[in-house]
Amino acid sequence: MNADKRVITDEQLQKLIDVLIGAGRRVLGPVRGDGVVVYEDIQSVNDFPVGLTDEQTPGGYRLVEAADQSYFGFSVGPHVWKKFLHPSQIELWRARREGENLIIEASGGNNETYAFIGVRACELAAISKQDRVLTGGDYVDTHYQTRRENTLLIAVNCGKAGGCCFCASMGTGPEVRGPFDLALTELSPADEHLFVVEAGSPAGQELLLEIGSRPATEHEIETAKSIVERTALTMGRSMPPDVDVPRLLADNLLHPRWQEVAERCLSCANCTLVCPTCFCTTVEDISDLAGESFARERRWDSCFTMDFSYLHGGGVRNTVASRYRQWMTHKLSTWIEQFGSSGCVGCGRCITWCPVGIDITQEVQAIAGAQTG
Amino acid sequence: MSLKPTAIDARSGAPADVPKLCYVRKRRHDAPDAWTLEIEFAESVPFSYTPGQFNMLTAFGVGESAISISGPPGQGRLIHTIRDVGPVSHALTRLAPNDPVGVRGPFGVGWPMATAEGQDVVIVAGGLGLAPLRPAIYHILSRREHFGDVWLLYGARRPEDILYRSEIEEWRKKGHIDVNITVDHAGMDWPGHVGVVTGLLSHVNMDVSRTIAMLCGPEVMMRFVAASLTEKGLGVGRIFLSMERNMKCAIGHCGHCQLGPAFICRDGPVFTFERMGPLMSVKEL
Repeated sequence: MNADKRVITDEQLQKLIDVLIGAGRRVLGPVRGDGVVVYEDIQSVNDFPVGLTDEQTPGGYRLVEAADQSYFGFSVGPHVWKKFLHPSQIELWRARREGENLIIEASGGNNETYAFIGVRACELAAISKQDRVLTGGDYVDTHYQTRRENTLLIAVNCGKAGGCCFCASMGTGPEVRGPFDLALTELSPADEHLFVVEAGSPAGQELLLEIGSRPATEHEIETAKSIVERTALTMGRSMPPDVDVPRLLADNLLHPRWQEVAERCLSCANCTLVCPTCFCTTVEDISDLAGESFARERRWDSCFTMDFSYLHGGGVRNTVASRYRQWMTHKLSTWIEQFGSSGCVGCGRCITWCPVGIDITQEVQAIAGAQTG
Repeated sequence: MSLKPTAIDARSGAPADVPKLCYVRKRRHDAPDAWTLEIEFAESVPFSYTPGQFNMLTAFGVGESAISISGPPGQGRLIHTIRDVGPVSHALTRLAPNDPVGVRGPFGVGWPMATAEGQDVVIVAGGLGLAPLRPAIYHILSRREHFGDVWLLYGARRPEDILYRSEIEEWRKKGHIDVNITVDHAGMDWPGHVGVVTGLLSHVNMDVSRTIAMLCGPEVMMRFVAASLTEKGLGVGRIFLSMERNMKCAIGHCGHCQLGPAFICRDGPVFTFERMGPLMSVKEL
């Protein structure tokens, strides 16, 4: 394995971006947004949030100066890669009247190619989960599938655990496992800004050949390894160990804790928007005023909205308690029966971006009857 | 850039999210708030379905709704009985002959017609719940000798809400189906039963070792009927019910129709009471 570990410099990382853009790809990565790290188009390594890190707490996020000039010295922010792979709004089809006829045309199909730089272990796990949901069954979301096939994934091993992270306890990180094309570990930038790099696909290997690299030394490999190990040990939170969470939730659908959490939950849907695995959508039909042309749009939806479960005569889940229960039991319990694994990757976004700081790990603990401190 | 459907059926490659253009050919007023549409594809396409499956019908410019196929099978046209309960179903029930309508489908898992062969069959319908059972009844009639005793217990709100009245008489007379109908409210001129449909179960002389039950109606009705059947000794795996939840995509991608681990659109809408019973008993699940 060690022979596969190479080292590139910050200049070679820049060359990687140049090569990808030169190949016609949209290169997307973390940039400094309005007080947060967001995922947008990048052209240069200087677009990364250089020298910035974040402090995350339940309901709290703050960008602060880091101790060094790292490119990736922060943990995951509010953006999720699904915004590119499973966009928040797309048109499915449109129809128009032509004389006596009505012409219906599909609106799908896209040729854009992408490279995501800075994908974290939890995010790779989330992409795998959405792969399963949207392309792994009898019906395939071709929009997602095409974008997925047209995307190179350049991952980064986390050098810092966020205050709300719990990927280690979900078995999804912080060390990246697949499916990646390249995986980087950023060594602390000193005289030289170096990255240990590993190819995870033929495409990744070709990229490495094109930008140049050198073999990693034993010391560099050890350092990279210790960085991820330290991250695992400093993780802000953990899903309670020794608890069969799927079973626990399935057996406690009437637990009084649902009512208790409902008194804090605003049912705002933030957690579902920042969740990298939440996939639910709704559709809306639109027409022009003359009734000559129509279209159907698909948009992200959330199980926290009242409309979500609407049937003639009213919604099925009218109380906040039932909607929170639906979200959490789906994520941690029923997802396993549906898709073969948990729907949670432990990224902690739902904790950080909850306006009232509801902590999914603490809610599980509360139902398990453990200490909730 | 070539335009493609956003979702396909991986087994056939057919588009799954784009409705096919159809035209309404006939519209019949069946009950004060229910209409039956006969629908024909604009271009003849192979379309086969099993009793209990549903289509997604689009009223262009308004929206789309999951509507069960109310058969009978194999006559070239799609039959849908629709109750006017919301904006989309209202628009659908207002469609006149030769108006365009969009169809996606068929979707879902239907009634256990093969399992029911060689068995007695108890069919219990509440209100519009008779619509998705109608193809099952016609299937039984087409192979009547392969089934034992067949009962239809049907509850409607009022006598004028009873669907398919003339057909029901045929089922009774020619199909040897033991039909019992009850209504919630009736005037003096109603000679039949009044009360909830569970009350009709006393008319069924059931051999629980060789009976399959098929239930469709309001969830609360199905719960009570299933409980009564269970009390009489019918196994929970022998009771089948057609569930209803909000459906947007019909292909298990939009998440709306979940009931516990089940996607009603993809795994159902027909399930055993064995699977649904525990889920139906939890309020707001």
